[in-house]
Amino acid sequence: MTALTAEPIGRVLRSRLVAALTAPHGVDRYLEQFNPMWAAHEVRARIVDIRRETSAEGDAPVATLTLRPTTSWRGHRAGQHVLVGVEMPGAAKRLTRAFSISSAASAPGDEFTLTVRAHAEGQVSSYLVEGAEPGEIVHLSQARGEFTLSESPATPTNNHLLFITGGSGITPAMSMLRTLLRDGYDGHAGRRVTFLHYARSLEDQIFADELAAIAEADNGVTVHLRHGDHRFSEFELRRLVPDYADVDTWLCGPAGLVELVTDAYRDSSRLRMEFFKPSVARAAGDEDDVDGVVTFARSAVSGAAGTATLLEQAEELGLRPEFGCRMGICFSCTATKTAGTTRNVLTGEESSLPDEEIRICVTRPVGDCQVDL
Amino acid sequence: MTTNSTTTARRTAAPAANEDTPHSRIAARVGMTPEQLQAFGDEMDAIRQRVIADLGEEDATYIRNVVKAQRRFEVAGRALFYLPPAWPLAVASLSISKILDNMEIGHNVMHGQYDWMGDPALSSRMFDWDTVCPGEQWKYSHNYIHHTFTNIVGKDRDVGYGILRMDPDQKWHPYYLGNPVYALLLMLLFEWGVALHDLEVENIVAGRRSLADNKPLYPGLIRKIRRQAVKDYLLFPALTGPLFPLTFAGNATANLIRNIWAFNIIFCGHFPAGVASFSVEETEDESRGQWYLRQLLGSANITGSRLFHLMSGNLSHQIEHHLFPDLPARRYPQIAEEVREICERYGLDYNTGPLHRQLLSVARKICRLALPGRRSPEPAPTPAEQPLAA
Repeated sequence: MTALTAEPIGRVLRSRLVAALTAPHGVDRYLEQFNPMWAAHEVRARIVDIRRETSAEGDAPVATLTLRPTTSWRGHRAGQHVLVGVEMPGAAKRLTRAFSISSAASAPGDEFTLTVRAHAEGQVSSYLVEGAEPGEIVHLSQARGEFTLSESPATPTNNHLLFITGGSGITPAMSMLRTLLRDGYDGHAGRRVTFLHYARSLEDQIFADELAAIAEADNGVTVHLRHGDHRFSEFELRRLVPDYADVDTWLCGPAGLVELVTDAYRDSSRLRMEFFKPSVARAAGDEDDVDGVVTFARSAVSGAAGTATLLEQAEELGLRPEFGCRMGICFSCTATKTAGTTRNVLTGEESSLPDEEIRICVTRPVGDCQVDL
Repeated sequence: MTTNSTTTARRTAAPAANEDTPHSRIAARVGMTPEQLQAFGDEMDAIRQRVIADLGEEDATYIRNVVKAQRRFEVAGRALFYLPPAWPLAVASLSISKILDNMEIGHNVMHGQYDWMGDPALSSRMFDWDTVCPGEQWKYSHNYIHHTFTNIVGKDRDVGYGILRMDPDQKWHPYYLGNPVYALLLMLLFEWGVALHDLEVENIVAGRRSLADNKPLYPGLIRKIRRQAVKDYLLFPALTGPLFPLTFAGNATANLIRNIWAFNIIFCGHFPAGVASFSVEETEDESRGQWYLRQLLGSANITGSRLFHLMSGNLSHQIEHHLFPDLPARRYPQIAEEVREICERYGLDYNTGPLHRQLLSVARKICRLALPGRRSPEPAPTPAEQPLAA
């Protein structure tokens, strides 16, 4: 099975000849009919292992999923994330979400892991942690994102690396730390690594055993774990890393932590960060006016969210989006809603899914909402 | 079958007072009061809502199975060309593949019927079909123009496709003496007719459109035509070596069979006797109810078996398709029962009949309208003339 897509067969499947023979559908549309793990261009993966990470029973359990990708997987750099498409059982609806990769940098075709926290409102994360079974297939993008460990451990450009993370934001940093250790970093070149993490509680701490072992070992890595009400403070950071503003720092965590840390770094260019996109549904009102801002991201135009359709609101703001029937039948005006809640005026159905395709002629905002137009 | 006595009675009893507003003129034609029109629209909306709420795994499994069958017929067809005695079988297999690809898969997927699944392979934004017409251009002329302005003479370019005289309201011209010949050619070359439809050649001839307007369409059109021609008429024949001419002829035949089939299904959906057309004025400021009513009066169904509906992409349920173009087509047979029952209650004609009867009706219209005259709106179908329901 792997042999079929391995080089040089992979090269043949990606050739112009095969593309011409399988046009207009493309070779993957034929391969998938025989085996979901055969792919020349697209990436899919089989879940081969699911392991619980935290002992906390209750709100937000965490699991690490080991994925065996198709040979079309081009590998990832530490710190990158991947879009995971899951077909929700019963609904046959594919939902796609971004998850950071937690394992060390991978080569093409290599297995890798995702560490996922099941949020109460997160359909996909809950399913991956609690519903999915080994053997299932998920759809993937190639690895993406620029929040990466951008230098080789073999050729250090400075003598200190600092990671500040909160909650699930530990995942990309963990991938970087694991990459450093796997690729020969041992602290003996005089370069320090400081790992500072904030978790809600001891039970909620992801990778607790591994972090304890890393802290224990003679490797030049210092691990500081903070639990509960212990919030980030500039004072504490200065005590741990006096010259932090001049140290390459990777920051990933919830909005509150990001805000505090960015304040501490002021204009320093050493801070790189990645946010979590909050995808929490807004409590929706009825037909009455809703407070909120509609943003048409590509045109960088925004206005107060009204009760009119997004198409009408865009036109009022001077945009000329493509449209057709203006009654929801022809799909000419389909655009991507990147964040926020919207209501379909035909069905009354509300949705807070990020990166969702909507017909703007029959969709109105419910509160803040962002559309890629 | 609707009771014709009721229909006629209602028609004569149409309240004249409603004829001032364009909104109620179409309803008045069939003897509906504005209140009835509103209620009719609400009932249609309710059907739509119910189906949308019920979409799920069954619909997904269905379309995936159709895709699977289509891919298998295609692979089998291409492979059978290596066995010269199996030539007719190869052609049949490839024809079935192309018909499924164009009708139950392509037409319906590009309507956005499966967009809710979130699968890029079945998304109206990504899908393209196995014909020389670029999906992108077809979606504009079909999903938007044809489905929004259905049977509005002067707006819906599918009325006669700019080539034929298919409605008495189209002004006669000696050119139309060739109506039957043009129809025959359009049938044989249907995919090419569909591909060139967007160029609006008739509007260029009439001076309503300039050649420059077509410029943006050429690159996509040429790319698609080249891709299809290279695949069917060069690469696959070449791959069979000495059998090149046989494979070439086989591929051409499969395309031809698909063309004839698609043309006939589509013409039966829009042009049998009893299908109404509308003027631009009477469809101004249309209500949702009237929009539904116009879709209903402007379409016709074909009766047949489950297999027949599958092979016609469920466009044998053209009425349901025009009422709910974005609902998965596999739902149309089930919706049809309700739509019919609603039509009966409102005394509306539900135009349906077996394939041969609808075909005959279309052929008669093509020939009759080649000649001048019959400019006045078609007389209300009498029970004798009306296509019978099966």
